[in-house]
Amino acid sequence: MADVNVAPPAGPPDPPPPADLPVPAAIAGLQLAMPGAILALSFFVGDWTVVVDRTAILDVARHLRTASGAAFDICSDVTATDWPPRPERFDVIYCLFSTTHGQRLRVKARVADGDPIDSVTSVWPAANWLEREVFDMFGIRFSGHPDLRRILMPDEWQGHPQRKDYPLEGPGELLLENPLDWLKLRQARDEADIE
Amino acid sequence: MSSPTPQYGPMFDTDELVINMGPQHPSTHGVLRVVLRLDGEKVVDADVVIGYLHRGVEKLSESRSWAQIVLLTDRLDYVSAATSNVGYCETVEKLMAIEVPRRAKYLRVILSELQRIASHLLWLGTHAMDTGAMTVFLYAFRERELILDLFEEYCGARLTYNSMRIGGLPQDLPPSWDRKVLEFCRIMEGKLEEYETLLTGNRIWLERTKGVGVIDGAEALALGLSGPPLRGSGVRRDVRKDEPYAAYDEMEFDVPLGVAGDTFDRYVVRMQEFRQSIRIIRQAMQGIPEGPILGKVPRLIKPPAGEVYHAIESPKGELGFFIVSDGKSMSPYRFRVRPPSFCNLQALPRLVKGHLIADVVALIGSLDVVLGEVDR
Repeated sequence: MADVNVAPPAGPPDPPPPADLPVPAAIAGLQLAMPGAILALSFFVGDWTVVVDRTAILDVARHLRTASGAAFDICSDVTATDWPPRPERFDVIYCLFSTTHGQRLRVKARVADGDPIDSVTSVWPAANWLEREVFDMFGIRFSGHPDLRRILMPDEWQGHPQRKDYPLEGPGELLLENPLDWLKLRQARDEADIE
Repeated sequence: MSSPTPQYGPMFDTDELVINMGPQHPSTHGVLRVVLRLDGEKVVDADVVIGYLHRGVEKLSESRSWAQIVLLTDRLDYVSAATSNVGYCETVEKLMAIEVPRRAKYLRVILSELQRIASHLLWLGTHAMDTGAMTVFLYAFRERELILDLFEEYCGARLTYNSMRIGGLPQDLPPSWDRKVLEFCRIMEGKLEEYETLLTGNRIWLERTKGVGVIDGAEALALGLSGPPLRGSGVRRDVRKDEPYAAYDEMEFDVPLGVAGDTFDRYVVRMQEFRQSIRIIRQAMQGIPEGPILGKVPRLIKPPAGEVYHAIESPKGELGFFIVSDGKSMSPYRFRVRPPSFCNLQALPRLVKGHLIADVVALIGSLDVVLGEVDR
């Protein structure tokens, strides 16, 4: 259904919060403790998002888990988004919830293809399988992860299905190492079908 | 003449044994595979292998229109399709800032709670059957049938309902449906006592569940448990209370909690949730407001560019949807499901450690996973 004439977007809009909106205590605390780590702040349809530096993610996670103003004890989700035109093409997204303060926060870090990002499994053990899934689907490596294997796809699978340049119908008989061969094969098969 | 010293060494092998359970095993509730490392009959370690039912729903959704995805969410947790529908539709409504009419919110609560009862009934039946109590299975499925009939009357389907629309519901309640729901609540209340007579005081049931798979609240939170397994460990976390959606802020209900965090407490929590669900259905039935069932929705659903995360309390736990729209194309740029079954299953290796093989079966049952949602 995607419109082929429209250029692919180079990233999420991440609208900044309105000036009159007070910043939640958890984010203010993070800004105070680690001013260099925060790259951007965003507010959209009621959700707060902090974009942080990839190299600082583990420190940010530790702070958000332990600081009394934050105390995000539930790591609901770890996932990623692929924006191929951008040099740092992946967004790794952490959805957090604090049972003490009853509030949510999303933390995002931008990662280039091939660059590792620190695993937060030591802070939230729940991230273990979630990070494995991100590795499986996007090919983002989490350094320090105790058991970084594929989780949903077979172990010997080539390629990472959730990337935007991975075809929906799968790689076909030839794997993605040579996309040109794969395209030729698909064309030949389609022609055979028509005949 | 001296008698020879008996030599037992070579006859008794004391090595650890690796056995494979599943993916085709009746008590794995689908296609779950667990590789167990055993010392005698005790589990030393377990590795959970999943992905046998992976259909790429997240990838597929990136090439389907927003309205078509409701249909795909049916196939996530296929024993509680209505709650998945609610979760997805509410996420898109949050993204597009659509106001849902109050009547639709009430109907969503009623359908969600009926669905919760149906899902818990399936859990109760299979969980009890895994541990050897066959009767409960037949009883639970008898009552589940009544709910499926109610759903069939409402939307024509018995398993994959497609019963929500972005902005509200596809159709209003059929005539005299409300009377049948109240009648069902009355029947269900009596049957609950029957189940409890069969299990709660049953000595065999207690032996099989008490003290099996104990996990405390802090560890359960850290491991990412949600829903009844988390509440069984005494953590008061329910999305319906903490972040109310639909009309849950207008409902009065309790959040049942366990104390010990073992299989029995997880069982007790779910048994009490049956009663709370009935209580919510009765309240909602009484207070259904008049009015439209579908809000003001544009003919062309094309949300603005941005990201949104929204969670609901499905029967299994926190079901979240993280959706990214680029504002240009007719389908989501990224569609992510935070599956409660997947995150709950993660705790299985921790729970089974040190227990017997027979307890593995009980523990899989007590987590109540649905593989359609684990693998997506």
